[in-house]
Amino acid sequence: MENNLKAGYFPGCSQTGTAREYDLSLRSVAEKLGTELTDVDDWNCCGATSAHVTNHTLANALAMRNIVQAEKQGLTEMVAPCAACYNRLIVSQHETQIHPELKKEIEAILDSKIENPVQVMNIVELFTKIGADKVKQAVVKDLKELNAACYYGCLLLRPSDITHFDDAEQPTSMEELIKLTGAKPVEWNFKVECCGAAHSIARKDIVVDLSKKILDDAVAHGANVMVVACPMCHTNLDMRQKAIKKEYPEHKEIPVLYLTELIGLALGMDEKELGINLHTVKFELKKETA
Amino acid sequence: MKIGVFICHCGENIGRTVDCPRVSKAAEWFPGVVHSVDYKYMCSDPGQNMIKDAIREKGLDAIVVGSCSPHMHEKTFRKAALDAGINPFLCEMANLREHVSWVHDDIEEATQKAIDLTRMAVEKVKRNQPLATIKVPVTKRTLVIGGGIAGIQAALDVANAGYEVVLVEKEPSIGGHMSQLSETFPTLDCSQCILTPRMVEVYQHPKIKLMTYSEVEKVEGFIGNFHVTIRQKARHIDASKCTGCGLCITKCPIRKKAFNSFEEGMAYRPAVYVPFPQAVPNIPVIDETVCTYYKNGKCGVCVKVCGREAIMFDQQDKLVTEEIGAIIMATGYKLYDISKKPDDSFIKGYGEYGYGKYKDVIDGLQFERIASASGPTSGEFKRPSDGKEPKKVVFIQCVGSRDDSKGFSYCSKICCMYTAKHAMLYKHKVHDGEAYVFYMDIRSGGKMYEEFVRRAIEEDGVKYVRGRVSKVYEQNGKYIVKGEDTIAGMPVEIEADMVVLATAMIAQENASTLAQTVGIPYDKYGFFNEAHPKLRPIESTTGGIFLAGACQSPKDIPESVAMASAAAAKTMVLFGSDMLEREPVVARVNELLCGGCFYCRKVCPYSAIEVREIKDRNGVVIKEVAYVNDGLCQGCGTCTATCPSKSVELMGFTNEQIFAQIAAL
Ligand SMILES: Cc1cc2nc3c(=O)[nH]c(=O)nc-3n(C[C@H](O)[C@H](O)[C@H](O)COP(=O)(O)OP(=O)(O)OC[C@H]3O[C@@H](n4cnc5c(N)ncnc54)[C@H](O)[C@@H]3O)c2cc1C
Repeated sequence: MENNLKAGYFPGCSQTGTAREYDLSLRSVAEKLGTELTDVDDWNCCGATSAHVTNHTLANALAMRNIVQAEKQGLTEMVAPCAACYNRLIVSQHETQIHPELKKEIEAILDSKIENPVQVMNIVELFTKIGADKVKQAVVKDLKELNAACYYGCLLLRPSDITHFDDAEQPTSMEELIKLTGAKPVEWNFKVECCGAAHSIARKDIVVDLSKKILDDAVAHGANVMVVACPMCHTNLDMRQKAIKKEYPEHKEIPVLYLTELIGLALGMDEKELGINLHTVKFELKKETA
Repeated sequence: MKIGVFICHCGENIGRTVDCPRVSKAAEWFPGVVHSVDYKYMCSDPGQNMIKDAIREKGLDAIVVGSCSPHMHEKTFRKAALDAGINPFLCEMANLREHVSWVHDDIEEATQKAIDLTRMAVEKVKRNQPLATIKVPVTKRTLVIGGGIAGIQAALDVANAGYEVVLVEKEPSIGGHMSQLSETFPTLDCSQCILTPRMVEVYQHPKIKLMTYSEVEKVEGFIGNFHVTIRQKARHIDASKCTGCGLCITKCPIRKKAFNSFEEGMAYRPAVYVPFPQAVPNIPVIDETVCTYYKNGKCGVCVKVCGREAIMFDQQDKLVTEEIGAIIMATGYKLYDISKKPDDSFIKGYGEYGYGKYKDVIDGLQFERIASASGPTSGEFKRPSDGKEPKKVVFIQCVGSRDDSKGFSYCSKICCMYTAKHAMLYKHKVHDGEAYVFYMDIRSGGKMYEEFVRRAIEEDGVKYVRGRVSKVYEQNGKYIVKGEDTIAGMPVEIEADMVVLATAMIAQENASTLAQTVGIPYDKYGFFNEAHPKLRPIESTTGGIFLAGACQSPKDIPESVAMASAAAAKTMVLFGSDMLEREPVVARVNELLCGGCFYCRKVCPYSAIEVREIKDRNGVVIKEVAYVNDGLCQGCGTCTATCPSKSVELMGFTNEQIFAQIAAL
């Protein structure tokens, strides 16, 4: 195929651990769509959560080191599929752009100049870049059986002054994307509500309540699947459904897919190839004969 | 030349930081200075007398006063000079307060600077020329732009004083937003009842020329002498024949194609309509965009029913010119539109409240229409989605106001009051209903205003929750309002049947374009700027153009009316004399030197530069030169800085004067 996209890939820690299937599905889908992903060499922690709440300089240095690594590889675009990574990377780029003093400090720490030519994309932006036409052409399976509630969470969209991505309160970009697969997006209330994020570890009770609200609203609006673009969201919405069930025995389970998994299904890959079998709440498309 | 120097202590204001006696001593030695003194209050009567006596006794030709800013007292001291018999423009000031004592601490350095500034002023005054004030004639007619309550009041006041008024309103009827209101705070009197008599008075006033469905297209000229071009949009009705019987309106078959903007989109109107039954003038307009006749030439029902043959499908817009002496801007405000995603980058909008997704999330003006006896529900509380009576209504204040991150930084000022009014009106009609108000602070300064809000809380049982709302969403037919009660320190969720957003009052759609057409400055939000926030709040910085009502900033009715009467008074001050006097600080072209490049014309922000032909004895044009219109020139000096041949000078600030000043430093 001509005009194939070449982009850098910043996996981040989740993609190699709790969100292995996100990594797996992204790589398979990218290959199917003729997109060449180049991993950032010797990447390190993006600086999310622990670093950026404790040490501003450290957090920015961690993020910027990844940008500089990509820069050295000659990459001009780079996808960070994890919403937290995406957020840290662009926020640090922004901070170093507007604070020359900080930039100098980080350059000294990294022993390297920061030119900032690398454009960091989130997962939705990657698909936009690949092109709706291209995705649509590659679809081999109509996912019309899916009524999907797209969940954006917080880090994909905010702070909107920096992300410049979609509407922070009424986003629609994921919906537009999944329509290409025949799946039907549902109109629901909690696309951007908080899932509890990292409280998942220390205050499971909070996450159980918050995630339940989100899942219930999706179900109430007719969704039979949720689509997410963030490993943390996935952990809270999928993995924590067990705990939710324990707390609320009447809870109705709903499968949670990564955006890349849903697109992968439409491109004809099976659940296993995409790692969907690794999820807590089981999901399978209806068999052709059924 | 004999020059006198007078150094003022301004009480302690200057004296604290500047050693005034030393400045006055130093000035004695400046070449040309024959007299130098210091005094505690030079602007006081004894101070002024010191100046006058010195001029007379010492035969001074020019004076320098070292005191405050010329903005403050230049007029005072020039008057003193004139009284003592010298040309007032031979009085210069050195600003020892704003430029020295108020901004420096070090006495030694400040004193040195004061001496320098005084020396500079002395060098300038030596080169001052006696100047004479400029006189221009005045056309005693007023143009009022905008026919809301402010425009109506201003027009009536000016007309009742005996001067002619042209009132231009862009809508088919005058009345503005006040005509949409149900009852008005703080007395709850019916808005229409107090407004319509004034509208009729305007219509019938022999001194007022009312031009509705019209807009100002061009303003030329200057204070006392404006030439204004007004576009009268085609109504497609012959106003001289129409009796306002309304038959065309009731028979028009187009019933559901156009939203009724007077009802804030909660009803439809026909293709031929008057905005509301009490409209002034009571002459309909035909809306070309929905009328069938303009689509396919068919229909014409209105033509058939009109007994007066007043329908004129082929009527065209008309341009009218008027000679005007003073202009009053009264174009009002609009509400920030919650129903759509904002497209300008200034404001990010409030997607969390739904962007018009929910029919029962409405704004204040929609609420006014629901509460109004003449509104789409005849004043019964019925919500737009299903016509049911809402039993729980949540009011959210400051939507778009006081919000640096998503909206406008300013306070819209009146929403605290009208929200209290709304909640009260609701409780008066729905006795078993509950009303909640989310607020940041309650700002109810004004006569009987705080009492009014207390009444809503204490007598009518409106529940006030201090905090912001983060989200409104629909669940099982209810609107869930999620917010924070910052006093209880807890999140709250209210299941409401209707939500009313007190959205920001913002500048009219094309306020900035109009400001440019008329030639007045506006702020970053599009509100027109006053000349001085405290001492000249009614005047724009352009001579002869005054401001009234909410076009200057958010305002309620009493304030708008007060401002309108003040603007009317200002025009009468202007009309008090037949000739206008103004300061002679204007540019002058040396016609011998001027090469006619007209760069000055390009840069002049006031369009004050004209082309003048120089002719020889036989009347043959030998060259064109620039010529400054004294009435328009504001003395900014841009032309003098631009002129490549240095042939244009600003009177009172000539190059020679300025360079002498600099050289003295
Ligand atoms: C929901 C709500 C409730 C309110 N309740 C109260 C209350 O109870 N008591 C109170 O005191 N105040 C109340 N107010 C405030 C009140 O509406 C204003 O104070 C008042 O309307 C201001 O009058 P105005 O004439 O300055 O502006 P407007 O009423 O806005 O009138 C301006 C007029 O100028 C016209 N115009 C605009 N642009 C042009 C143009 N380019 N050329 C020609 N004409 C033009 C407009 O069509 C309009 O007719 C309320 C406001 C709101 C939003």
